[in-house]
Order: sequence, then C-alpha cells, then structure tokens
Amino acid sequence: MKFGIVIFPGSNCERDCFYVAKNVVEQEAVHLWHKERDLQNVDVVIVPGGFSYGDYLRAGGIARFSPIMSEIINFAEKGGLVIGICNGFQVLVESGLLPGALMVNKNLKFICEDVYLRVENNKTPFTRHFKKGEIVKMPIAHKEGNYYAPPDIVKELENNGRVVFRYSTEDGEITEEANPNGSVNNIAGIINEKGNVLGMMPHPERMAETILGGDDGRKVFTSLLEMVS
Amino acid sequence: MKKKPEVSVELAKKLGLKEDEYERIFKILGRKPGYTELGIFAGLWSEHCSYKSSKKFLKRFPTKGPQVIQGPGENAGVVDIGDGLAVVFKMESHNHPSYIEPYQGAATGVGGILRDVFTMGARPIANMDSLHFGEIGFPRMKYLVEGVVEGIGDYGNCVGVPTVAGETYFEKGYNYNILVNAFTLGIANKDKIFYGRAVGPGNKVFYVGSRTGRDGIHGATMASEEFSEDTEEKKPTVQVGDPFMEKLLLEACLKVMDKNLIVGIQDMGAAGLTSSSFEMAGRAGTGMILNLDKVPTREEGMTSYEIMLSESQERMLLVVKKGHEEEVKKIFQKWDLQAVEIGEIIEEPVMVGYFHGEKVFELPVHPLTEEAPVYDRPRKVPDYIKEVHSFDENSLPLPDDLTETIEELLVRPNIASKRWIYRQYDHMVQINTVIRPGGDAALLRIKGTNKFLGLVVESNGRYTYLDPLEGSKWIMAEAAINLATIGTRPLAITDCLNFGNPEKPEIMWQFEQSVEGLSLACEILKTPVVSGNVSFYNETNGKPILPTPAVGMVGLAEGIKKIPSNFFTSGDNLIYLVGDSPLSLAGSEYLKMKKGSIIGKLPSINLEYIANLVELLLSLWWEGNIESAHDVSEGGVAVALLEMSMGSRGKIGFNIKLPGGNERIDRILFSETPGRVLIEVKEKNRENFEKAVREKNIPIYYLGKTTNEKGIIDAQLIINTVELFKKWDNFLEESLRQ
Repeated sequence: MKFGIVIFPGSNCERDCFYVAKNVVEQEAVHLWHKERDLQNVDVVIVPGGFSYGDYLRAGGIARFSPIMSEIINFAEKGGLVIGICNGFQVLVESGLLPGALMVNKNLKFICEDVYLRVENNKTPFTRHFKKGEIVKMPIAHKEGNYYAPPDIVKELENNGRVVFRYSTEDGEITEEANPNGSVNNIAGIINEKGNVLGMMPHPERMAETILGGDDGRKVFTSLLEMVS
Repeated sequence: MKKKPEVSVELAKKLGLKEDEYERIFKILGRKPGYTELGIFAGLWSEHCSYKSSKKFLKRFPTKGPQVIQGPGENAGVVDIGDGLAVVFKMESHNHPSYIEPYQGAATGVGGILRDVFTMGARPIANMDSLHFGEIGFPRMKYLVEGVVEGIGDYGNCVGVPTVAGETYFEKGYNYNILVNAFTLGIANKDKIFYGRAVGPGNKVFYVGSRTGRDGIHGATMASEEFSEDTEEKKPTVQVGDPFMEKLLLEACLKVMDKNLIVGIQDMGAAGLTSSSFEMAGRAGTGMILNLDKVPTREEGMTSYEIMLSESQERMLLVVKKGHEEEVKKIFQKWDLQAVEIGEIIEEPVMVGYFHGEKVFELPVHPLTEEAPVYDRPRKVPDYIKEVHSFDENSLPLPDDLTETIEELLVRPNIASKRWIYRQYDHMVQINTVIRPGGDAALLRIKGTNKFLGLVVESNGRYTYLDPLEGSKWIMAEAAINLATIGTRPLAITDCLNFGNPEKPEIMWQFEQSVEGLSLACEILKTPVVSGNVSFYNETNGKPILPTPAVGMVGLAEGIKKIPSNFFTSGDNLIYLVGDSPLSLAGSEYLKMKKGSIIGKLPSINLEYIANLVELLLSLWWEGNIESAHDVSEGGVAVALLEMSMGSRGKIGFNIKLPGGNERIDRILFSETPGRVLIEVKEKNRENFEKAVREKNIPIYYLGKTTNEKGIIDAQLIINTVELFKKWDNFLEESLRQ
C-alpha cells in the first residue's frame, strides 16, 4: 500500500506521517510537492499538519489553490482515500472536501496536550480497527481547531454517522470540560458523505508508538491497510 | 536622499562607542571614518557582538574533551554522539527586546537561535527556554508573560521544532529587566558540519531570505546599554519575526548543505550584514567586496548605513562553491526564495562596500573582529554579600502548622505547575519526545538509532545572587542530576550569562565568580562549554538583575531498558532518599516565603560526590532497578515528594517517615542544597537497589511507601494530594487572569 504525504510550504508534520507510514506500519510512502500534479499512484493521500503558507490569511486558506490540491480533489471525487490532520483538516475544509470551518480555540491560545476521543463510527476505512465507542488517547496541537458548522449541517453529520471522533472524558463522557477548543458537539473528526475523506484535529501519527506515550493513533493507519489490498 | 550626519565624537557616543574607542578607530584607519564605517565599528564593538568585557574571563571555561567537535567561537557548538552523528546546540539571550516588545522580542529570539543551529548543517529537533519574570502582580508583568510565551510558542510551533523543556521564575529582581534565553539543539551528520567561514577567494557571496528593512537598526547597541525611562522609545530597535519564512529558509539551506554546494554560511543576527560578513571573513582570514545595491530591500531609499546595520530577521549570508551558483539559486527558487549574489571573497583581509557607485566603506577585517577592544574591568565584592551571609537560620521561628506551610509552598509561582506555559508550545512535533515538559528534563529518542538525548536548562538567580561561585556550582550540579534522573549522561553545556552593567566592579565580580563556579563544575562533571552568550547591561535606572548564569546541558543514553520517570508509578512501592548534602535554608523558596528576602550563605557542595551520584543514577536506570527518580531542589524534600505524586494528578501519594535526629524540621523538609534524590523502588528490586547504592558509598534512607491520594509525613502531616494537585495545576493560569 502506498501513502502520499503532501508538502506545502510551511507543512511541518510531513516527516512524522512519512515515518509512521514507512517505519511503523511498514508501507510504501512518498512525498507530494505542492507545485506538482502527479499523485504517483498513491492509495492514500495524507494532508499533514503545519502552517501551510504560514496560515497568514486563514489556516489552510491558501493551500487549496495549489496545483496538488486540484489533483487531490479529483482523486477524492473518484473515491480515493484522503486524510487531513490538523492543518490538513483545515485545508480540506477550505477546499470544500469537508463541510464547516475551524475557528480559533475558545481560549484563544495554542493548545498542545493529550486528549481523549470517543470513536463514534468504526465503519469507515480509517477506523475499522477501533471498536465503536472505544475511548482512545491522542494529542492535539493547534490554535484553530474549534469546529463549527451551521445547525443543519451538524444535524446532517450527526444523523449520518459522519462524526467519527468526539472529544470525551477518560470514561467516554461528552462534557464541556472534555472539549479542549470549543468545537460544536465536541466534534474532533468528521468524514465526507461518500466516506472516503476524513478530517481530524488530533494527531494519530504522534501516538503510533508506545515509547511516545501510546499507540492508539496507529490504528488509523492500520485500518487503511485492509482497505486497499 | 537624507544628508549623512557629520562624523564626530558626539555621534560616536550616541552610537554607543566610548571616547577612547573612537580614538582607536583613527589609529586603525589612519583617518577619520565615514558615517557607514562608524556604524560598522559601533555594531561590531558593541558589548553584544565583541564580548569586550567578558572575553578575558570566558577563556577560563573548559572547552575541550574527546566528545567536542566544535567549541565556542562558531555559530553553535558541536558534540559527537557516536555512529557518525553530532548534536549542534547553543543558547542565546533576547532579554532587552523582550522587555520592550515581548511577543516579537521572544519570537525573534527563537528565530535567531534556530538559525544559529541550522547554519551548521543541523536539522533543529528541540527548543528549550529559560525565562525570568518579575513578580506576577507588578505593572505590565502579565502582559510580558503572555507576550513572551505566545511569541516563543508561535515561532517554534510554526517552524515545527518542539519546545521540550524549560524553566520559569518569578522574582522581584527581574521586575524591570526580564530574561528570555532560548536554546536550540539540532542533529547533523558528523562529517557534514558547516562553518561561518568565508573561504576561497573568488567564491561568490549570496544573500538569501527576507528583504532588508529598517527594523532593528542598532539592536546590538541597544542590548549593550542600560534601560531608563525612555524604554518605550526603543520599540523600533526590536525586530519582527516571520516563522514561515524561517521554515522555508531552513529547508532550502539544509538542502544546499546536503548537496555540498556552499563553503560557508552565517545568519545575519545582531548587527546584521555587518557582523555576518566581518565575522565570516575574520574566521577565514579573507576579505570581501560587497555591492550593497544588490541587497534586496523592503523599502525605497535605504542608506548604506541602514543596509549594513539592519537586523531584519530570517536572512543568511552564504559563500557558494564556485560553479554551483545556478544550482543554489534553483533550490531557493523551489522554496519561492531569492538567492542574490551581493559580493565576492577576496584574498586581502579587507571589507569593501560599494553603494550607488560610491565606495562607502573600506575597512581592515581583523582590527574590527579578532582585535576588537578587550577590557580587564575592575572587580569588587558587593556590599550586600556580607549582609545576606550574616543571616542566622536559628533566628527563624519554626512554623506553627507545617501542613499549611507545605501547601502554601506548592502554589508559590516558582513551584506551581508551568503547564499553562508549555501547553502553548508544540512539544511533540517531529515525534521524538519520550519525556515531555513538566519533569526534571526532557528525553528525546533519535530515530533509527538506540540513542536518547536528555535536555535541561538550569539557573537560579537567588543562589547566584547569594554566592555567584557556589551558586553556579549548584545549578551545574542540579542540571547534571536532572539529566541522570532520566538516565542520560551529561555530555556538554551551553550557557547564557545574564548580568548587570559590567562597568560596575560589583557586577564584574559576580561575573568572574560565576564563570569560575561553572568552570570548576564543568571540569569535574566532564561537561565542557561548547557555545554560549553573554548578556550584560540588564539594569534599569542603575538597578541590576540578580546575576543569572543559565546553563543548557545535554545528556546522552545508548539504549534504554525502561523508560525513566520522575513521577510515582504505582502504589505500594518503596520510597528512598538517596544521597546527602549539607542542609541549609539559604536562598530557599521557604525562606523567601517566610522572610520575603533572599538571604543566607550557601554551603559548599562536593562536586566529586555529585559526579558519583550521577554515575549511581545512570547505573540504577541501566539495571532497571528503580521505577522513578526525582531530585530534591526548589522547595526541598517536601515539595519533591509532592511533585512526584503530581504526575498521577495526586492519585499516588506517599506515607513516609523522615530521618531526623536533632536537626530542625524545616531544614530537613525545605533545604534545597543539591545532592539528594528521591527514588521509587519495587519491593522485588529492594536488595539489588540497596546494594548498588552502597557500592557507591552513597548514604541511603528508607522513607516509606507510595500510597493512595494522600501525602503523609511522620504520621502527623497529612496532605490531600488530589486537592493539592488542582491548586498546583491551576495556579499560574488563575494568577495571570486576576
């Protein structure tokens, strides 16, 4: 299986995602430069975290105009698997692949810490190795991760199992205290209607090895392996 | 165009030069300097760039060792870690700019130190910071804290270098001069280290990165003066950072170095193009011809003076290997950056600059760099020393309620959790962080190897105020023990020496004593100094900061059997106090809380013993006989025990009995003298553990056991650790909000 990890100017998690794909789950991995149009026959595209184009306009606001993004949009429309992590999620939202917006955290500050997530849907290509309702630990690291969508969209997401991860307590309760950034309904990750594009603020690649404090995030990568083989 | 100011002794003084230094310029040149030339002298001869007051003393530092590849004098130090790898690191101060404009001051401090490291060919993998603020309630202090933390965070987070450890102090002595010291460490291939040397006459000099603006002109001079009431007016001397540009520059520079296309490279830091060009030529014994018309500028009508002295950020000077100019340009273009040829290396050690068809400077290189003025300034023991040393600890009444005292200590700003700060720093990007901020030191793995790095920054202005020599030994001892509590062997250090006005004999005495203390410790702990920086003139209206040498120490472990911890891991384990140190309340948080002042005489510590303790801790982790270890430092044994239970949010407590005898209970509980460590051991490892300690001839006291949600000392002091955790954890955020 082949992972393609996008590099925009300002990306800074592309090497981490590459390492996990290649060295932890032992798959083929390539980098995709933002100025290119060739997706190099990858099976999964990862849009990694960072500060694409410095995030000076709006997080992810410029990246969507890059040549590689139009190819990724085509790829996604044909059913190709795409994950956007952190800034990557912001890019996918800005490109229209996922609905809603990511606003500044409610405390207006950058937050880097482990959070607990409840897996709301394990029937996606990205989460099939999780149990439904499983509580997992992964870190967040962002200043703009406060997910917002108009009530009708949120309703549509909720009713169709498109909320994939939700911030929860260690015991799986969905409380305001467990919500680090103010996201509507504690939403941490969502999927598109077709189920092939995932966006999430937490970083699964940072929790893929026990030496770093846990390996819950690894399942996001391993779930995919079964998908395309 | 503006008319150039007339060169005169008054103008020279305005630029920070002394009268005799101005005369010296005439002697060197045999003529009157031009305006741009005078600016160049002022920049290079500023305290910040020339180290003219400190140079004589810095020679005392031990800088050699089998592990040292490059010691002080380059952009950063380089240390061999085996298997063809090297670590490159340095710490630098950005105190003055951060006080004037906290966000940009701190951000550009991080930017500058990152460049110092990646110019050596190393990819930065970790940042740390040492911060000293005034009292939280002091006017403007919350604004400074918020700004500095956000500035450090935003810059490091964007570039994608994790901030993995640090220290933060709040103390009256920094009310008017805060300290912001930033540390960066990078990893490089041992045989691919690049230096700031302008070698090879005929090679072209390239300018890369941001355009040159009018920001930060004379920042170096500003950082070489005391503050007075007009500090606000100095805002324009503070630079503005662009971490996105830095990230692009980092990737492009690492690429040209990886492909071996350049022979020399240096960041345009303090004194901008002036220092980078002169220093590079100075180290190589060459000269340069610079065409200032080619320098990309941000605004119209900039003068040669401004171009040479601007401290605009994110700019580098490269010397390209002949014939590879186009390749270099292409790599920078890939990252949407400009690489512009602005000059050429010449054999003769002379720096020549042309602008608008006119020769604007022609200066010999060596007299400005290597032969810059050096002072042997007078030293004198300050009057306060006798007074603070005369305090008699026995005059202090014993506390009525020890439980209350301990609980109070835990929420002192210096002891309370710093989570509010490090939560704003991405400390995990690059996925190497094994032990995160909040412990004694950070532990990083190096991918593809079995190596681990330990990182710590250490300072304590109170100790070094009471006794700069002994205090410096204390902070070195603490740093080494901190690294050993996470199983890494101290390798080398970098330092930031923060002091007041060196023209005052009392300050120079503090400086000399500190250098001596650090040196003694470096020798015995076998941790040479490989890089560093001196920051003088941390004074406002004649009042200096506490003398504050800060040390960044790096440790190494090859293979790890068990991931070390500084926190209790489970209930029903044994707790030991290992080691001995002369008990004293001097400079302690407890004494400060009780008396409101920094007083006492630090007892002398035995550094050979500290080195032995370090070896013991390393062998204990290596054998896997222990579960956690934490050194006794600020707040004493009482605070150290509670800190060990904070890792479990207070859920794992302790029930212990202290060794005592006839000693005062507060000295037992709150002495901060380095050399004691708390260790958690499983019953099944008891014998092996005790044997290992005894073999090293180190004293050992069995204290008791870990237990649930309570801290019990001598059956009488009972602390609810879960409740205390919440207070300790929230303290900083709440006090900043008030």
